[in-house]
Amino acid sequence: MRFIRKTRYMQDINLIKHSGHLFWYSLLLIALFISPFGMDRFLLGEFSLVFVYAIAGLGLMLLVGYTGLVSLGHAAFLAIGAYTHAYLLHQGIPFFVSLTVASFFSGILGGLIGIPALRMMGIYLAVATLAFSIIVEQVLVHWVSVTGGFQGMSVPKPIVGGHDLSSPYAFYFLCLVILVICIFLTMNLLRSPAGRAMTAVRDSETSAESMGIDLAKTKTLAFALSAALTGLAGALFAHRLTYLAPDAFTIITSIQLLLMVVVGGLGSLHGVIYGAFFIGFFPQVIAIFRDFAPPGIAQIPGLEPAIFGLVLIFFLIYEPLGIYGRWIKIRLYFEEFPLYRKATYKRQKSFLRTERLH
Amino acid sequence: MSFLAAQDISIHFGGVKAVQDLSFSVEQGEVFSIVGPNGAGKTTIFNLISRIYDTTKGSIYFKGQDITRLATNQVAQLGIARTFQNIELFENETVLNNLLIGCHVHRQTNLFEEIFFLSRVRQQELQFRHSVEDIIDLLDLQSYRHQLISNLPYGVRKMVEIARALSIKPSLLLLDEPSSGLNPEETEDLSFWLEDINEELGITIIMVEHDMKLVAQSSDRVLAVADGQFITMGKPSEVQSHPDVLRAYLG
Ligand SMILES: Nc1ncnc2c1ncn2[C@@H]1O[C@H](COP(=O)(O)OP(=O)(O)OP(=O)(O)O)[C@@H](O)[C@H]1O
Ligand SMILES: [Mg+2]
Repeated sequence: MRFIRKTRYMQDINLIKHSGHLFWYSLLLIALFISPFGMDRFLLGEFSLVFVYAIAGLGLMLLVGYTGLVSLGHAAFLAIGAYTHAYLLHQGIPFFVSLTVASFFSGILGGLIGIPALRMMGIYLAVATLAFSIIVEQVLVHWVSVTGGFQGMSVPKPIVGGHDLSSPYAFYFLCLVILVICIFLTMNLLRSPAGRAMTAVRDSETSAESMGIDLAKTKTLAFALSAALTGLAGALFAHRLTYLAPDAFTIITSIQLLLMVVVGGLGSLHGVIYGAFFIGFFPQVIAIFRDFAPPGIAQIPGLEPAIFGLVLIFFLIYEPLGIYGRWIKIRLYFEEFPLYRKATYKRQKSFLRTERLH
Repeated sequence: MSFLAAQDISIHFGGVKAVQDLSFSVEQGEVFSIVGPNGAGKTTIFNLISRIYDTTKGSIYFKGQDITRLATNQVAQLGIARTFQNIELFENETVLNNLLIGCHVHRQTNLFEEIFFLSRVRQQELQFRHSVEDIIDLLDLQSYRHQLISNLPYGVRKMVEIARALSIKPSLLLLDEPSSGLNPEETEDLSFWLEDINEELGITIIMVEHDMKLVAQSSDRVLAVADGQFITMGKPSEVQSHPDVLRAYLG
């Protein structure tokens, strides 16, 4: 078990809390930068997809896991990012400029959506965001001059300074670098006042307001940042799809994104990564399962969404803290072996209004 | 002009007149208690001052400024902090983060600086931490610093809530039943802390409290209300023995 002696307040403020952190995260980064050279094209592609999901996951985690606002319409921001980026590339706008603009544009729309959403909670907000994504889908279908309608539109290759980044290697590194930057910026946000305001709003709106936090501003900001990150992911996702059509961004995609943050673990950035791996690789696992399962089961249509749904329900009931929560418990078990108390993470009985009338 | 003045404030919820034509004023540096039977409207008075509810009638002045129509968060920025009868902490955060949220009103940095964690943000975080540590020392919360609220016993949560209110660096502190749910020993400690907060930090305190011993010990003046209406106001001993107060409690 590690006892960390804290001698300076900066240790709590810094992102790297101790030498162990530095060592393991450096090792992980090195591994991520070396390993592509041993991977085949297919696996490289899968990893890039996981990175893209993780960027979108960061956005959704900010909103759902840190601000406590639910969205069933994040596929819309993915679509807005993807279409804006593809459209701008067709106009000859340089790659990184287009990527930034796509992300900003999605962020601004997210902020605007946030305004009517300010008065809504829980299920109402879920329905409102769902409605928004349906509107966006309709716009994609009907605004033919820009989006190509049902026919869709092609996505130009990602070309930076004359180099084509569409090869699996280049795209892997592109996504990895952008993901690392996004994680870094999100961590900064979370350790500063704006991020703390979000977690305050999540835990108690009344008391957040009484502590001087502007609810409207905080929620709008959460929506905007969330949409900006998801839009950025959408722009990268466009290159993976190579051809955009409205049916790539449906409610199923929104649910997948939500599944990622719930299964990964709400309120944790580690959870985003675990969740991204989960939704990135789980379809492969199901595909392998189909190969081995008896034909009666393997041929069931819609097996994938069904299993996704089951997993979501399983996590909500048995492991609300997600994969990250499970990992913390396993780690604690080994650190404290043989002293681990089974009840360590049992929630303490909370104090209900009715229990204390005076 | 008084530090805080309520003039003829009323609020109705449908047919329930929770507070009716109530006037009182609190002077700077006072410990002012509000007492009354259950449902008298004490918490509602706090909700009116901290602008969680809209007054149906009347005005509230803080340091001469009309705060009757301000937003809830603006009231905090003026330096009015509060606790809640049913504890409203940020449950999934550590004690430290709860207190740091109190520093939000002193935020000088903008979003851009924060996302890139520029040195101004770093300095500010350090400064926030120092001021939070002072409060942790004052209320003896050192050993809970990094614990999640959801893992803390009730008595500690109550103290953390007071600590969080103090981290705003308020000039007026509203405490809604600070001693409820505390054991006699904890209540004893509380009365010393109230004295420290009032005298050392120079914070004016208004508290709603059922424990008459604590009220008598700590308060300079007491306001008694029943059914949302003024009964009497004065020194603790006077109010306690006032016939109308006894009648209100006995029903
Ligand atoms: N939001 C509300 N909606 C409707 N009625 C309310 C609301 N808030 C308070 N009331 C009513 O106003 C009256 C006063 O309530 P309040 O909570 O202020 O009493 P209190 O003096 O704090 O009582 P206690 O000692 O039990 O805390 C009660 O009749 C209560 O039912
Ligand atoms: Mg009350």
